[in-house]
Amino acid sequence: MIQVENLTKTFDQFTAVKDISFQVDAGEIFAFLGPNGAGKTTTIKMLTTLLRPTAGHIHLDGFDPWVRQREARQRFGIVFQDPSLDNEQTAYENMELHGILYHIPHRVRVERIEHLLRLFELWERRNDYVKTFSGGMKRRLEIARGFLHTPKILFLDEPTLGLDPQSRNQLWTHVKALNEKEKTTVFLTTHYMDEADRVAHRIAVMDHGAIVAIGTSAELKARTNTDSLEGAFLALTGTSLRDEAASSTDAMRRFAQMWQQKR
Amino acid sequence: MGAIYIMWLREVKRYFRSKAQIIVSLGQPTLYLLALGFGFGPVFAKAGAGNYLQFMAPGVIGMTVLFSSIFSGMAMLWDRQFGFLKETLVAPVPRLHIILGRTLGGATVASLQGLLMLIVCLIAGFRPVQAHAAGTPGSHNWVAVPVALIFVALIAIVFAALGASVGSTIKDMQGFQMLMNFLVMPIFFLSGALYPLKNLPRVLSWITHADPLTYGIDGLRGVLIGSWQFNYGWQFNFMLDLCLLAALAAIFLTTSAWLFSRIEV
Ligand SMILES: Nc1ncnc2c1ncn2[C@@H]1O[C@H](COP(=O)(O)OP(=O)(O)O)[C@@H](O)[C@H]1O
Ligand SMILES: [Mg+2]
Repeated sequence: MIQVENLTKTFDQFTAVKDISFQVDAGEIFAFLGPNGAGKTTTIKMLTTLLRPTAGHIHLDGFDPWVRQREARQRFGIVFQDPSLDNEQTAYENMELHGILYHIPHRVRVERIEHLLRLFELWERRNDYVKTFSGGMKRRLEIARGFLHTPKILFLDEPTLGLDPQSRNQLWTHVKALNEKEKTTVFLTTHYMDEADRVAHRIAVMDHGAIVAIGTSAELKARTNTDSLEGAFLALTGTSLRDEAASSTDAMRRFAQMWQQKR
Repeated sequence: MGAIYIMWLREVKRYFRSKAQIIVSLGQPTLYLLALGFGFGPVFAKAGAGNYLQFMAPGVIGMTVLFSSIFSGMAMLWDRQFGFLKETLVAPVPRLHIILGRTLGGATVASLQGLLMLIVCLIAGFRPVQAHAAGTPGSHNWVAVPVALIFVALIAIVFAALGASVGSTIKDMQGFQMLMNFLVMPIFFLSGALYPLKNLPRVLSWITHADPLTYGIDGLRGVLIGSWQFNYGWQFNFMLDLCLLAALAAIFLTTSAWLFSRIEV
């Protein structure tokens, strides 16, 4: 379903993704694990037509997302790592806008929006502006929105960031159900080892822009002689701290870019 | 089509939801109208040039539309910052539809602002008049109002598309500030909104002719006050203004669509 060959992305001087290749089968749940700044988000951006790869090939359900953008876009749904809601509109309006952009017929749209908003416990707040929502509520709304058009491939970039255990549990239960019922292919990244262990069929460990290991959780443990995924992860990527949480520095960098001329 | 509509609707909704913003953005043109209109009025009249308020009203209407439409395009900066832009960038619709919806929405909002400013002008004493022989005040001409709205809409589309082109290109607030100072203000001051374009120094005359807003203001003023007042009505003519603005609208829309389709985040 997803085929990636020798994918590379270089920003100015810095190579964020170095020559990675992997394949995700239809109906599979595939997890990218890696420390902050490993290049997970950059990879997802290239897979979802937001960034042009410096080199390499991508096929989503047979389509090169950069050449056949519309076909590729119709096939995937994405929950971004960073916020992507319209704060000035209500929860319902955000869902409605998404439904229209993805060509969902009116009747189905109305039904699915209600179903998903109830499922993620946002129905009572549907007519409130998103700007009044808490971080967790915004996250749930983004996830509900990602499910709305029943995509063939679902990208989840650290979807549980900022969620309480109940919401995390609910999200993964729903992802698994969707994967089993509709055979949705899921590509996710997370920081929580237990989540990857619980839902992912196969796991790729990424570090410094390269994939250092791919396999099932059991295979990774066996390969590193460890008895937990966390142990395997540390064995593969080392215990040194990375140049601070990229997710928060990313936000700061973007903010700084807004105010200073980027050189 | 759905995408164009929903993006258009988003802009219009946002407008009606920020009532304070509507009033605030009428403040500056109103200040120009009152301070300059009444302040320079006596000098203008003494120079034998007629009623300055009459002359200036189309100028401040154009100003309102210019600012409102260019800001709507630059709102893209905020959508980029708050992340909503990504949602529209990965949608399975041509990006042309997204940018068209946004731009038409911004143009609709700017036209509404222009209409409100026209009402403010009417309250301040401005009256649309019929073309007449020089020196004799024409009779009121209310038919001019709907015709003037054609020019309001054209100005709105031209500059909403220009704003969208800029919004698709710059990413930071500093660039935005520079643009305000070096693009929007000159467009306004060199458009003939505040003074007649006759008998200007040669270089200034060239620059004013290169300013798209010049043709919008000329259209508005020509339609609204005709050739009354020593020919300060039409500088060019109806068809020239109309065709030029329409062509510019097409060029800027195409440019913005092209720039928007190339955005990476
Ligand atoms: N637009 C960009 N310009 C320059 N560097 C970037 C850009 N986007 C990401 N990076 C850098 O690329 C690296 C990988 O980032 P990212 O893919 O976000 O990591 P992850 O999602 O695994 O935490 C980081 O060092 C980050 O700072
Ligand atoms: Mg990331």
